[in-house]
Amino acid sequence: MNYSILLYIARTHIFTRAKQSAIAGLGVTFGIATFIILVSFMTGLNGLLDGLILDRTPHIHLFNEIVPSERQPIDLSTDEDNWNIIRSVKPKQKQSRIHNALPILKILEQDETVLGATAQVATQAFYTAGSINLNGMVSGVNILEESRLFNIGNYIIEGNIYDLHNNDNAIIVGAGVSKKMSLELGDKIQLVSPKGNRVILKVVGIYQSGLAEIDNIQSYVNLKTAQRIMGEGNNYITDINLKLHDINKAFAMSKDLERMYNITAIDIGTANAQFDTGTAIRNIITYAVSITLLIVAGFGIYNILNMFIYEKMNDIAILKATGFSGNDVMFIFVSQALIIGLIGGGLGLLVGYLLSVLIDNLPFVTDALPTIKTYPVNFSPTYYIIGIVFAMVSTFLAGFLPAKKAKNIDPVEILRGQ
Amino acid sequence: MERTSVIRADKINKIFTDPVDYHVLKDISFDVKRGEFVSIMGKSGCGKSTLLYILSTMDTDYSGQLFLNDQLITGNDNVQLAHLRNQSIGFVFQFHYLLPEFSVLENVMLPAKKLSAKSSQEIEHDAIETLRMLNIDHIAKNKCYRISGGEKQRVAIARALINKPSIIMGDEPTGNLDSKNAHNVLDIFKELASEKGLTLLVVTHDKDFADRTDRIITMGDGKILDEGF
Ligand SMILES: Nc1ncnc2c1ncn2[C@@H]1O[C@H](COP(=O)(O)OP(=O)(O)OP(=O)(O)O)[C@@H](O)[C@H]1O
Ligand SMILES: [Mg+2]
Repeated sequence: MNYSILLYIARTHIFTRAKQSAIAGLGVTFGIATFIILVSFMTGLNGLLDGLILDRTPHIHLFNEIVPSERQPIDLSTDEDNWNIIRSVKPKQKQSRIHNALPILKILEQDETVLGATAQVATQAFYTAGSINLNGMVSGVNILEESRLFNIGNYIIEGNIYDLHNNDNAIIVGAGVSKKMSLELGDKIQLVSPKGNRVILKVVGIYQSGLAEIDNIQSYVNLKTAQRIMGEGNNYITDINLKLHDINKAFAMSKDLERMYNITAIDIGTANAQFDTGTAIRNIITYAVSITLLIVAGFGIYNILNMFIYEKMNDIAILKATGFSGNDVMFIFVSQALIIGLIGGGLGLLVGYLLSVLIDNLPFVTDALPTIKTYPVNFSPTYYIIGIVFAMVSTFLAGFLPAKKAKNIDPVEILRGQ
Repeated sequence: MERTSVIRADKINKIFTDPVDYHVLKDISFDVKRGEFVSIMGKSGCGKSTLLYILSTMDTDYSGQLFLNDQLITGNDNVQLAHLRNQSIGFVFQFHYLLPEFSVLENVMLPAKKLSAKSSQEIEHDAIETLRMLNIDHIAKNKCYRISGGEKQRVAIARALINKPSIIMGDEPTGNLDSKNAHNVLDIFKELASEKGLTLLVVTHDKDFADRTDRIITMGDGKILDEGF
């Protein structure tokens, strides 16, 4: 079978109806360009937000949650038959430290699924400078490990992590804290622990997470410094953060750890469930808008082909009379639609790409995201492939029905009609 | 020596059912031998065109049997019939029916390209030769909507000839032309029949035209009244 002659006829039809074909094609261009821009921007945004979360959130967070005991002492001393009603149960006084933290840490570090584990000492404290007292949270960390595993370095907007690492009397303060207390690098700040211990520390960095409620209270010191403020030894650890090789194992592993060490373990999925919902909704919007546009474009093509076939009844009869089969005629009109789809869609990809580049270079500065300078755009080739497949499928569907009609035109009826 | 049959109809019947049942062809049987130039005459409405559409395989809704080169073609599927039309049947209509977007040359080459039995160069060469034979090679590059009616009909004849078909059928091919052009087309047909040995079957209302053919089949009221032997 000689398809080139059929394609040649299809092409001639398109070029002799250049204006109509262009309008039909531009419909597809518009649909595909919109899809590309929307999807690049939306997934760019998703990626950015997910990245922010994934970057700095531990896959598993271990700590001791303070809860009332389920079995109260009286339950131990009475029979099963009795009912013990205890009102106003309070948690017992116990330390928020993780029991046996150092051995646990050691075991976790040797676990093959674990990329890294960091220990933290978190405590409340007052910041005092001059006459101001400010409530705050101090985390004692191994800053190099935090930087390696959780990218804390990206959120240090002034100073750097090595100044903290090398100095046991140093502190990195949240941006809100530094603003409220007019602190600059090199300034001194006094910390008062819950037990009343005081230390004077030097500000070597300013930290900005983008979340005001954190930046207004949070500050980082070395693990040792925090233990000193608490008046505790080096086995005093309140939190362990884990990063795994495979994030998907976080949930199962958190359950195992809870059981094994009698500790609270929160995995990243549980902690950030709302982000998945946001991602899903943005995807739905993107695809819904794009499909709507393509359906509109498809109707354009359908209309134009229908009109065209109506005008071309004589030609179709001639083709059939001179030996082109119904399938040949159908092939001509379907390929006509597909050519329009391919050119229109290809142009759509190009326009979409160029506008995405433009958006990618637009400045986008926000306090909330200190590491971001321009709008996030995802240039993944997958979406360009999806886009062109979209274009081809929708133009195929739009061309199919009119082409089928052309296939079934009875040439005798047309020839007689004259 | 008995000449072979090119097209043979055996008891062809056709009934239109819309709007009322109408028995338009009744037991039509005849055959056309190789190299014959046959004309069909008859009153308007007696079923000549209807018969020709059946013979050309475009209309398959009939009873009876149809043979092309002694092969039964009744019951072949659409793709097979399209191929037969392409390869073995040339059709010339009363209205020229060219594809307006294509040039004269392209119109003539189209059936050959569809058949694709020859290379593009050979097809183009044949097409130009055919146009030259019909004295219209000078308009080969013209678009078809920019040539005269007589020229269009000659282009249509060239298109019918391009695949060297077994038979050329015409439904009043001169009906739409002035007498000079009609004469011209008749001369061409005569020449094709006598010099190239082509087989032709032409419906006409023109008695002068018919008189110059080998024989005249006369139809009336859906039947063959006279086979013209
Ligand atoms: N599709 C149809 N449905 C019903 N009747 C039809 C149809 N087509 C043709 N007829 C009738 O069939 C008869 C034969 O028509 P046909 O066109 O074959 O006549 P013809 O001999 O070619 O006439 P003319 O010389 O005028 O061209 C006519 O009476 C016509 O009205
Ligand atoms: Mg007729």
